[in-house]
Amino acid sequence: MSPRVSCCAVATTELVKGVRTTRSTIALKLLMAISGIVFILFVLVHMYGNLKAFSGHDAYNEYAEHIRTVGTPILPRTGALWVLRVVLIVSLVAHVASAAALWKRANRARPVNYQVKRNLSSSLSSRTMRWGGLTLLVFIIWHLINFTIGKVNVSGGATNDPYNLLVDSFDTWWLTVIYLVAMLALGLHLHHGTFSSLQTLGYTNTASSRQRARVAGWVVAIVIAGGFSLVPLFTLFGVITK
Amino acid sequence: MAAGTHYLSGLTATNGPAVQTSDDAEGFYVLGDKLVDEKTPTGPIAERWTTRKFENRLVNPANRRKLSVIIVGTGLAGGAAAATLGEAGYNVKSFCYQDSPRRAHSIAAQGGINASKNYKEDGDSVYRLFYDTVKGGDYRSRESNVYRLAEVSANIIDQCVAQGVPFAREYGGLLDNRSFGGVQVSRTFYARGQTGQQLLLGAYQAMERQVAAGTVEQFTRHEMLDVIIADGRARGIIARDMVTGEIETHLADAVVLATGGYGNVYFLSTNAMGSNVTAAWRAHRKGAYMANPAYTQIHPTCIPVTGAHQSKLTLMSESLRNDGRVWVPKNAADCEKDPREIPEADRDYFLERIYPSFGNLVPRDIASRAAKYMCDEGRGVGPQIEETGPDGEKRLVRRGVYLDLTDAIRRMGREKVEEKYDNLLDMYERITGENPYELPMRIYPAVHYVMGGLWVDYELQTNVTGLFCAGEANFSDHGANRLGASALMQGLSDGYFVLPNTIRDYLADGPFPVIDETHPAVVEAQQAVQERINRFMTINGRRSVDSFHKQLGQIMWEYCGMERTKEGLIKAIGLIRDLKKEFWSNVKVLGSADSLNQDLEKAGRVADFIELGELMCIDALNRRESCGGHFRAESQTEDGEALRHDEEFAYVAAWEWGGDDGAPVLHKEDLIYTAIEMKQRSYK
Amino acid sequence: MKLTLKIWRQANASAAGAMHTYELDGVSTDMSFLEMLDLLNEQLVTSGEEPVAFDSDCREGICGMCSLMINGQAHGPEVTTTCQLHMRSFNDGDVITIEPWRASSFPVVKDLVVDRSAFDRIIQNGGYISANTGAAPEANSVPAPRDKAMRAFNVATCIGCGACVAACPNGSASLFLGAKITHLGELPQGQPERYSRVASMVAQHDHEGFGGCTNIGECAAACPKEIPLDVISQLNKDLRSAIKQGY
Repeated sequence: MSPRVSCCAVATTELVKGVRTTRSTIALKLLMAISGIVFILFVLVHMYGNLKAFSGHDAYNEYAEHIRTVGTPILPRTGALWVLRVVLIVSLVAHVASAAALWKRANRARPVNYQVKRNLSSSLSSRTMRWGGLTLLVFIIWHLINFTIGKVNVSGGATNDPYNLLVDSFDTWWLTVIYLVAMLALGLHLHHGTFSSLQTLGYTNTASSRQRARVAGWVVAIVIAGGFSLVPLFTLFGVITK
Repeated sequence: MAAGTHYLSGLTATNGPAVQTSDDAEGFYVLGDKLVDEKTPTGPIAERWTTRKFENRLVNPANRRKLSVIIVGTGLAGGAAAATLGEAGYNVKSFCYQDSPRRAHSIAAQGGINASKNYKEDGDSVYRLFYDTVKGGDYRSRESNVYRLAEVSANIIDQCVAQGVPFAREYGGLLDNRSFGGVQVSRTFYARGQTGQQLLLGAYQAMERQVAAGTVEQFTRHEMLDVIIADGRARGIIARDMVTGEIETHLADAVVLATGGYGNVYFLSTNAMGSNVTAAWRAHRKGAYMANPAYTQIHPTCIPVTGAHQSKLTLMSESLRNDGRVWVPKNAADCEKDPREIPEADRDYFLERIYPSFGNLVPRDIASRAAKYMCDEGRGVGPQIEETGPDGEKRLVRRGVYLDLTDAIRRMGREKVEEKYDNLLDMYERITGENPYELPMRIYPAVHYVMGGLWVDYELQTNVTGLFCAGEANFSDHGANRLGASALMQGLSDGYFVLPNTIRDYLADGPFPVIDETHPAVVEAQQAVQERINRFMTINGRRSVDSFHKQLGQIMWEYCGMERTKEGLIKAIGLIRDLKKEFWSNVKVLGSADSLNQDLEKAGRVADFIELGELMCIDALNRRESCGGHFRAESQTEDGEALRHDEEFAYVAAWEWGGDDGAPVLHKEDLIYTAIEMKQRSYK
Repeated sequence: MKLTLKIWRQANASAAGAMHTYELDGVSTDMSFLEMLDLLNEQLVTSGEEPVAFDSDCREGICGMCSLMINGQAHGPEVTTTCQLHMRSFNDGDVITIEPWRASSFPVVKDLVVDRSAFDRIIQNGGYISANTGAAPEANSVPAPRDKAMRAFNVATCIGCGACVAACPNGSASLFLGAKITHLGELPQGQPERYSRVASMVAQHDHEGFGGCTNIGECAAACPKEIPLDVISQLNKDLRSAIKQGY
């Protein structure tokens, strides 16, 4: 008798059995959400620390030194910092790898694009998560070269003084512009990312909790991206000086 | 009422066999032998089904694996049967023409499902549901079948709740009920206005579970085009894969048709676009009797036709008649006016005028006919629609009457009305573009359900051995008229509880001798199907399939619709015969037969509808009485109400195919009541 | 009204498709969108061209068979199904682009018809409550809290049309999946299989090649039955619980 009909090569007629939930797309999303929340917490603290620049040269440098000595003598110098760095690196790898996997999946799921497609409810931030995320990745690499690994002072000044390096950098208008663009990207990423992580973790089961998660997205985005933008802007306009 | 009937032991007949004296259809049919349902049970009515279930033979679980059943259709009856037989361990093959079993038209049922749970402690019982259903069906159904239906109704609710059907509940978390037309108890279970959808999804999910379990094999986008009857038994079907065009043979030990109703013979109906009679009609042509084909339910509150482009009609729940007042202008000249400008004195609240005691709440058929008469008189409202009149001439008629909520809004306040009918009124506005809070709604009757269908015995087996029929497709339990919220009950009753218990007695004799595609009956069926398709593809005429379907619909609606007359029906038979000739010489089907070809699919269906239409007219012509959904103008009371002639017509008209050139053969099955007394319906 | 229709024509699953342009006159504002296509097909048949294949069945917004991408929106500009969309939502002279649902899991069968059997297979893999016929307890023996029953009903209204997948840039079926998970998970009868269900349904969803969800909400906006986005949150939550329980 005739076999069951499957009209197309793409569709499968089998049912899968015994696939672990940890290998699902939702598990990848959970990984993104959790690593994303690690970053949200990190950038929140990082932003707060940056504001030390308003307290002047000594206070800022003291703070920079403190994060290297925190936890001593139980931990060696920069021990706590390295713990944090490892957490961040792991989170970054998890975040980027799962994003890449899901992106690839999405492209496979929609191989033919529409001739006309209208977006109804998605926000700009939600539609720019992938390219915005890549932008942030590039920025983070530059940022680490600029301030952490390479310590590049574009004005040619000293690089062993964190406060002076900061002021020299943001006195350079194009560097400030790069930073502000990056903060815009960060704000957008956080705006959808905050809501999205709460949704992925399953905390938005009602219309009101969903609304609260959306508000949280706005608050996190404005506070963090806004807070980060203060130091470069105030440096450029000469409020923060050497 | 029911109290008196308790004296009825179920052992003595309360009426005698029918003796027909009139013969309106003389010359259009051949009288055949009387038909007796040999499976009909005896004994006290309350014990008949239990006894039968016990007496029917069992199939041992190990043997079930060796038995196979084909089920065509995946609505409430077919889906439920597939799931249940699959669970029992039989090999089931399920077919549907849609892209998924979940789309079967049971999904569109709105109101609810009756069950004699008596949760309201308002005096409901199995007997009362039985009584209401037989009375509602105008005493044209089999009492044993209806009693069984009432009996298993409670199990249906249990089953559906266990499957996760989200019925409406009260604050305490228990199930809620509402009341429905024609009865005085609250026994209708519902899931807002989407009860059919929720019940169907329950059956669908149960069936999909069996697909995963490997007991049910699912064939979507497959249309059954013939039944295979080999060595005296139904042993399989010929189906066309609608995607590839391949003609496939599927063989089994038994075949179940659960293919729904044929309301689309009228072209415009509340049925789905794809609903068709083909499976049942092909079986009919192979010997299965078609019973009471003329019994059609026409629902009074549908959204009217807006023009020749109309492809289907949409039902508005009947509940609107509780609060709405139905009227037309007194003067035909006012019909074009904005209804708000027509003063009270110039309005004719015709239902309240003609039926002062029941007013707007008269039964469906009466309300429908009254609306038709108003429009025939030229007092209809809404856009003028071109239609072909009884004389075959085109005319422009307004087909609509007002259903006015103004008084209700004044009395209850707009908010209350919104709360009660919001979904419906939104739907109305979406379709018509008119706001029902400001303008009176326009409604008109539409074909909704057919009580007729393939003849089956008490065990749901047709007169063809091994061919079973369930749900709306069989002539069923509703007699000449179906009560609201009973279609869902019957579909699920047949599928979950009745068929699985009766088909096992048949399958106990199986497995039947293995046949393969070389069997002459298979070869013959395959060839016939192939030839028919080739014929459609090569006629190469000038008219589209739809144009024939529309024309058939106009004939049926005009002459075999709400009101039927001898002259009209005879004329219709002639028109249909001419149409059939033209169809087979002038239809145009483009594309190829070996790919998805929606015109080819429709051509086959319309060809069958044409033949069915003729039989419906002959049946209507023969039945010179009015009962339930069948109204013969010659048989009415002074008040224009339906008048039955029990002494002549208390029988099931089972029609045998008489060949392409022959006349159909009428077999009468007497309806003998033992547990209920026949009464004339009265709405005084 | 007079319209210009740009319609995707594709002979079969393996053939290459292309957009074709048709002019259509005599369209009434009272027509439904599908009746407008019926009119086009009647004209095509008359002129000897094969009619456009599209799916529809109940034409009252409940069966979920109709499935057109109209001017870049699943089911067109109103929140309803294609069959309930009426031509009064358009203007004389409009250019209307009509495409099939696009997703690798919904391959095109012909013209505007796609194969959505992947949805059936998702349901096969756990989208039910296992209750054999006859085994059911008395219906009122297990009360279901009214608010949960209401939520279950509200999301059980999903018609399986696939608009969510069509609208989602990731081709994800999360809304469809979430609706069924929420429906069955909110009812007491659905509890015994709650976590095994989500595990296997999600596995099948992924296996069918649907994309992951990025929570952007295009699906809920396109849904003709207005299934809210929170069913995806529920889906995620239930899957998280399933992970914890070792599924």
